[in-house]
Amino acid sequence: MKDPVTSRDTEFGPSEVKTTTCYMCACRCGIRVHLRGGEVRYIEGNPDHPLNQGVICAKGASGIMKQYSPARLTRPLKRKEGAERGENAFEPISWDEAFTILGDRLAHIRATDPKKLALFTGRDQMQALTGLFAKQFGTPNYAAHGGFCSVNMAAGMIYTIGGSFWEFGGPDLDRAKLFVMIGTAEDHHSNPMKIALSKFKRSGGRFIAINPVRTGYAAIADEWVPIRPGTDGALLLALIREIVEMGLFDREFLIRFTNAAELVNMDPASDEFGLLIRDPSVTAEPGCFDPENRLWWDRLTDRPTIARSEGSDGRLIGAFELPDGTAVKPAFQLLKDRVKDCTPEWAEGITGIPAATIRRLAHEMGVTARDHKIELPIAWTDAWGREYDTIVGNPVAFHSMRGLAAHSNGFHAIRALGILMSLLGTIDRPGGFRHKAPFPRPIPPCAKPPKGPEGVKPNEPLGGMPLGWPADPNDLFVDAEGEPVRIDKAFSWEYPLSVHGLMHNVITNAWRGDPYPIDTLFLFMANMAWNSSMNTVEVRKMLTDKHENGEYKIPFIVVTDAFQSETVAFADLVLPDTTYLERHDVMSLLDRPISEFDGPVDSVRIPVLPPLGESKPFQEVLIELGSRLRLPAFVNADGSRKYRDYPDFIVHFETEPGSGIGFLSGWRGKSGEKFLVGEPNPSQWEMYARNHNHFHYELPRSYQYMRNWNRGYLTWARHHRLVRFAEPIVIHLYSEVLQKFRLAAEGKRKGKQPPAHLRERVKDFFDPLPFYFPPLEWHQTNTSAFPLAAITQRPMAMYHSWDSQNAWLRQIHTHNALFVHPSVGAANNFGDGAWVWVESPWGKVRCQARFTEAVEPGTVWTWNAVGKASGAWGLSPDANESRHGFLLNHVISEELPALISGRTVSNSDPVTGQAAWYDVRVRVTPAAADEPAESWPQFTPLPQVPGQTGFTGTLRAFFAGKARG
Amino acid sequence: MSKKQLALVIDLNVCVGCHACVTSCKEWNTSGWAGPMPDQNPYDADPSGVFFNRVQTFECGTFPNTETIHFPKSCLHCEDPPCVPVCPTGASYKREEDGIVLVDYDKCIGCKYCSWSCPYGVREFDEVQGVMKKCTLCVDRIYDQTLPPERRKPACVLACPAGARIFGDIKDPDSEAAIAIRENGGYPLMPEWGTQPANHYLPRRKTKMTLHEDELIRADNPLKIEGELPKPPDGSSLDDYSSW
Amino acid sequence: MKPAFSVLFLTTLIGAGQGLLVALVTGQWYFVIGATPRQENGAFYAVGAAIALVLLGLGLFASFFHLANPQRAWRAATRWRTSWLSREVILLPVVMGLGVVYAGVHGFGIRPVLMTFSNQKSLDLTMAVGFVTAGAALLLYVVTGMIYACVRFIREWASSWTVVNFVAMGLASGFTVAAAYAAISSSPLTEFFAADALVLTLVALATRSYQLWRNWRAKSPFTLKSAIGVHHPQIRQLTQGFCGTSFNTKEFFVPGGKGKMAVLTAAFVAFGFLLPAVMIGVGWATGDAALLIAAALAQYLGLLAERWVFFAQGNHVQNLYYQARA
Ligand SMILES: Nc1nc2c(c(=O)[nH]1)N[C@H]1C(S)=C(S)[C@@H](COP(=O)(O)OP(=O)(O)OC[C@H]3O[C@@H](n4cnc5c(=O)[nH]c(N)nc54)[C@H](O)[C@@H]3O)O[C@H]1N2
Ligand SMILES: Nc1nc2c(c(=O)[nH]1)N[C@H]1C(S)=C(S)[C@@H](COP(=O)(O)OP(=O)(O)OC[C@H]3O[C@@H](n4cnc5c(=O)[nH]c(N)nc54)[C@H](O)[C@@H]3O)O[C@H]1N2
Ligand code: SF4
Ligand code: SF4
Ligand code: SF4
Ligand code: SF4
Ligand code: SF4
Ligand SMILES: [Mo]
Repeated sequence: MKDPVTSRDTEFGPSEVKTTTCYMCACRCGIRVHLRGGEVRYIEGNPDHPLNQGVICAKGASGIMKQYSPARLTRPLKRKEGAERGENAFEPISWDEAFTILGDRLAHIRATDPKKLALFTGRDQMQALTGLFAKQFGTPNYAAHGGFCSVNMAAGMIYTIGGSFWEFGGPDLDRAKLFVMIGTAEDHHSNPMKIALSKFKRSGGRFIAINPVRTGYAAIADEWVPIRPGTDGALLLALIREIVEMGLFDREFLIRFTNAAELVNMDPASDEFGLLIRDPSVTAEPGCFDPENRLWWDRLTDRPTIARSEGSDGRLIGAFELPDGTAVKPAFQLLKDRVKDCTPEWAEGITGIPAATIRRLAHEMGVTARDHKIELPIAWTDAWGREYDTIVGNPVAFHSMRGLAAHSNGFHAIRALGILMSLLGTIDRPGGFRHKAPFPRPIPPCAKPPKGPEGVKPNEPLGGMPLGWPADPNDLFVDAEGEPVRIDKAFSWEYPLSVHGLMHNVITNAWRGDPYPIDTLFLFMANMAWNSSMNTVEVRKMLTDKHENGEYKIPFIVVTDAFQSETVAFADLVLPDTTYLERHDVMSLLDRPISEFDGPVDSVRIPVLPPLGESKPFQEVLIELGSRLRLPAFVNADGSRKYRDYPDFIVHFETEPGSGIGFLSGWRGKSGEKFLVGEPNPSQWEMYARNHNHFHYELPRSYQYMRNWNRGYLTWARHHRLVRFAEPIVIHLYSEVLQKFRLAAEGKRKGKQPPAHLRERVKDFFDPLPFYFPPLEWHQTNTSAFPLAAITQRPMAMYHSWDSQNAWLRQIHTHNALFVHPSVGAANNFGDGAWVWVESPWGKVRCQARFTEAVEPGTVWTWNAVGKASGAWGLSPDANESRHGFLLNHVISEELPALISGRTVSNSDPVTGQAAWYDVRVRVTPAAADEPAESWPQFTPLPQVPGQTGFTGTLRAFFAGKARG
Repeated sequence: MSKKQLALVIDLNVCVGCHACVTSCKEWNTSGWAGPMPDQNPYDADPSGVFFNRVQTFECGTFPNTETIHFPKSCLHCEDPPCVPVCPTGASYKREEDGIVLVDYDKCIGCKYCSWSCPYGVREFDEVQGVMKKCTLCVDRIYDQTLPPERRKPACVLACPAGARIFGDIKDPDSEAAIAIRENGGYPLMPEWGTQPANHYLPRRKTKMTLHEDELIRADNPLKIEGELPKPPDGSSLDDYSSW
Repeated sequence: MKPAFSVLFLTTLIGAGQGLLVALVTGQWYFVIGATPRQENGAFYAVGAAIALVLLGLGLFASFFHLANPQRAWRAATRWRTSWLSREVILLPVVMGLGVVYAGVHGFGIRPVLMTFSNQKSLDLTMAVGFVTAGAALLLYVVTGMIYACVRFIREWASSWTVVNFVAMGLASGFTVAAAYAAISSSPLTEFFAADALVLTLVALATRSYQLWRNWRAKSPFTLKSAIGVHHPQIRQLTQGFCGTSFNTKEFFVPGGKGKMAVLTAAFVAFGFLLPAVMIGVGWATGDAALLIAAALAQYLGLLAERWVFFAQGNHVQNLYYQARA
């Protein structure tokens, strides 16, 4: 054997290193791809990338096995003549033919009724482009995964503090002393979170995890606080109560930077009831978003005064009367009233967390925030002109994700979290929560959906954004009767603030023709026939269901995927995409970039390998389709094609002619001398490549904090067109926006009115202050018959459904089991490893149970999306994933029948339409002795499709470049 | 015994069980000096493959006082490795220079005897080449002069997002690894066998907070400004009972 | 431990082969010490040694199936200083070589007298070669036994009883074969061999039973506490890091489970010891060659089962790390 010390890796064959951006998940780390003889030899983290700083995760390091997956699609496919959907029977066609079929169909739809195209995308990282395409096409029926993913987190926080966790902000663990992580398993910030968390722990920080399950991050927590799923709202309200009652809040912060001291109209007879009192004599500047005309009760003069006027100090507590006799209260007082009865004892009964623990947690948070203040010697000026010598931080940081979001009561729980963080004074401050550009945004952000059916016209772009942020009922996208215009019923009275759409209802609605039938369902990067649908068995039937005349209820389905997923089988037309190593891509500020706390960052992918077979980047497909359909953004005035290809598009596209704003913010201007705004730069790609595929603008230190109210930052952001307004973004402790919807429901507000059957629902759930209610599904479920909460978690070494094709990753999670507390087995007479039935009111699955002590005993859980349909993903029909693994989605319903006045609504948060994945209740019973030790349901094995890479053989001894020396 | 002993120090205090070390090891080594690392049934039922490093999970205690421990394990490069003397061919050897225990595939006859003589279950047999394989401490990376010095580390160490894997010479008291062991109570696995594993583990450490009652009252309590504090105590006082 | 068939055959076959060699030498020696009146002819010893060589050869042949790279098996002779396996690799051919010489000197009648004793008997070359051969064969038992006895991490193996049993069972099976062979050849040594075989079988039964009982009774001193270094009274494994299988689960685990083990244990006690003992006893009494042949065959099968159980009972310390997969 060669001596390992003196021989070099290069002796196995010449190698080269190329850099690009990982897409084994949405974290988007920088990677260096080592190639040997045209094959991938090694993928390492790029040390020069700000996000991952050289590290890489289990998935990222397994990119090689994704590249050489047996599930790769390499040819465009058309459903075989005579074959049924779902059979996976296709014939290969040319791209030309594919474009003709699709182009003609779309042209016809666009010329007749553009909303008959429904374009939905899954874990898509190019929503800026797919959204642009939809808007240009003129269909409102566009959304990505957000609605079934974590829109509660986005909406709950953005409607409260103007920013959010998820990809929009996060905990500053460099400086935090106490870190509370609620309901997070892995999240999008995979590597950075791990880097930060370990530094935090090593520097002696205290880490508390609130989660029904103790795995992953929670494993290394100093304290694990097990909670019953769906009850965090109660916990958070109790924490708020304790902090308010003990005076552990940051008064100065609340008064100056939130609407805590602003006065609320308390006159129940008034049409303005529950709205903030505004002084009509203050003249708003034109184009102003939110004029400074609210009042507070000045403590020094004991009179109402324009809030934040120099020399006055608002009162937080009390009840007052305006000179005109109107009863008013500071918002804070209303919050205090709201949480008065939310005692720790009350919360204990709901959450299962001992009252003493809740109290102690509140005290730890409050005392740490108050007594461990950080003062950075950074001078700054607030939006009202007050100057400060220092930036102060209260070092309590939070992070939360789908454990809060994926419940039907998640929006209010998340509002409560935003309020708790605000009470502690930890918003965009060192050691607390910090925004990432382009956040903070005004509350709510400016983009709006069309206001009615008139926004959708043949051969015209959509009259508004497909997705936006309603600020009051008039922003809803409903017809004259108040009925939805979108296929998923987003922005309707059923789910008014569904800012990311409701992708989880698209198939059901389209199948039922409610609110209308569609023609073409165009899916990109979404496994809707499997793990990203609820009620999967039925949804699969809907995809193949026919009218009496023999035509499919959903007439045409197009699937763009790089791999042979379960959904591909249901397509009429399959467009094979490239892998992330084979294409150009941008992670744009127009979408969800990879910004850091200290300033905007965007990044690109640059191909390191040629596309396999005939696979084609979906970006190119969209540019091609846009050009063929002559969508305005893609053609010149004379209708001729404007962009050669996607890279050309990225460089030259501007949001408006001459706006200087494009997909990439770095190296703009003719020779790359400008950033954020500037003319197109033909060498932009090269400049990104030279800078390790990203652009990072570091804000001056004085602009890095308190950005909601930082004059310097706000002015800079407006100047660089990050925002339209430079006004302070005051925290909505009290949400006037919600109250406006409630007033409409009460018939007290002019303009759009909810249909009668929805009035109560809107009134109930559009509470301007957070409140706790048991998840909607529990109202309908006999919880003693279904005593257990069933949830899923992300495994760190798998991304959704798409890693079972990966020879290395699938060995880590070859199958999944249902993890239960031993008491569940004892109560139901089964032992560790037994095969069990998991039944909900909606369906059942058979799977194997494993005992664990690291779970709240009323909760059962499994790893998400490990179970597969037989034959999918290039796996053999008897692969463990399909025979032993299972999908919990079968027992989760996408709808709650007869929930409001006998009508069915989506199984979602009533405010945001967030899919309530984690509300489902189940019972677990042992499978009969004569039943096979196999998961159920099983599906007919899928055959391979033409052009699929495949892999036969029982052995893979991968050695890149093959020429082993 | 060698003067230098390279090793990994694994910090269980921050390991979140992400498996980055598992697959980064596999990708580096399968196409390198120690490769390939074959997989059997890669896409069929019951896949099985060669990995030099695996991350296991253990649970301690009962609800609600459960601790979950993620536990990565690869060859520990014992200072007195029982796997070496038993090898009939000399294929298994411990390097004098740096204490790394390696297998020379050209000598190995695949008798598996060495794996029986390792208490830690870290050797893995390659059915294709018919030789025993195991963690090499990435000996083909750490001395590679063509790499920048800060990348001359094992693949798993470079990958680990939590920085839970420290690489260094545990005999050099100034090395990061030796300091980490010394200062954090680093311990070897199953010391009773006298194998003197070079790899060490750092235990969980807990940060607690002590709250004093007076911290909850405080003179600068904002409720005072709001006129709500201090609340007069309820109930009777001495005054109600005494008449001095 | 997973019983590898190559090793089962290797150890049982060479055990019997070595035993047969020892038996032949003993038989020869019985004459020297005057226990039998008639010396067997050279052909008897030559053919007997040849049978032993066949057994040894088959064992050696089987052993190659254990090696993934048998073409470099020669390398296994290089580490005799530290490796019992290496020592076996050297000693086995030595024993076979001596067996060839032993067969040769008998076959060709090369028997110069080397020394004459007071009782008029003399030590000739064949006897001297026999002593060396028998010594080497006995040593080979120890070496083979030590391969297993020195695996500290398998408590069931790591004791001198492993060596004792390898010697006892090997000799028992060798003498049984010798008895059968002698009976076929109508040799006067039949009775001697049968008596010896009976005694050895019973001794082996005793020592092996003791080891069985000892292993069954002993509690594993190894705990997860020191395996992962966490000092907690309750530690359970949740996952072993992969859901499929690996070398560590295949090599160190036993296919089949408890039931198979119980059946095979009963089988080896019956076929390896009790039944042969009865058959040898009866065969000895009646001189029925067929019965002695049957005894040898039964015992061989029984010892194959014994060897399976021996491996399967070996619970390696590493299994602490591979207890659960989820
Ligand atoms: N029970 C349960 N279900 C859930 C969740 C849960 O927590 N529990 N979580 C939900 C959430 S939050 C989400 S975001 C969804 C995720 O659900 P999806 O977004 O549907 O994610 P996947 O199914 O992994 O991937 C979708 C498809 O993308 C394809 N793909 C991968 N790479 C590429 C590529 O480069 N190009 C193209 N064109 N396609 C590619 C894959 O092959 C796969 O078919 O799942 C949801 N489903
Ligand atoms: N490795 C990997 N990373 C991923 C993904 C992946 O598939 N694999 N998916 C990506 C996507 S699309 C998303 S949306 C994110 C999601 O990131 P996470 O939000 O981290 O994802 P989940 O796995 O849904 O985690 C939810 C956590 O909340 C807990 N939980 C459930 N219900 C409750 C509750 O009521 N209260 C509390 N306090 N906790 C609860 C669960 O036990 C679990 O630990 O991850 C992203 N990152
Ligand atoms: S965290 Fe996501 S983007 Fe980063 S390396 Fe892992 S898979 Fe790739
Ligand atoms: S851990 Fe095992 S293989 Fe590694 S040196 Fe020690 S005994 Fe040998
Ligand atoms: S398997 Fe190879 S390295 Fe191990 S003892 Fe046998 S010859 Fe030595
Ligand atoms: S040191 Fe190298 S060979 Fe060893 S576990 Fe780490 S990556 Fe694998
Ligand atoms: S990479 Fe690091 S954190 Fe992840 S499992 Fe390995 S040691 Fe633990
Ligand atoms: Mo998601």
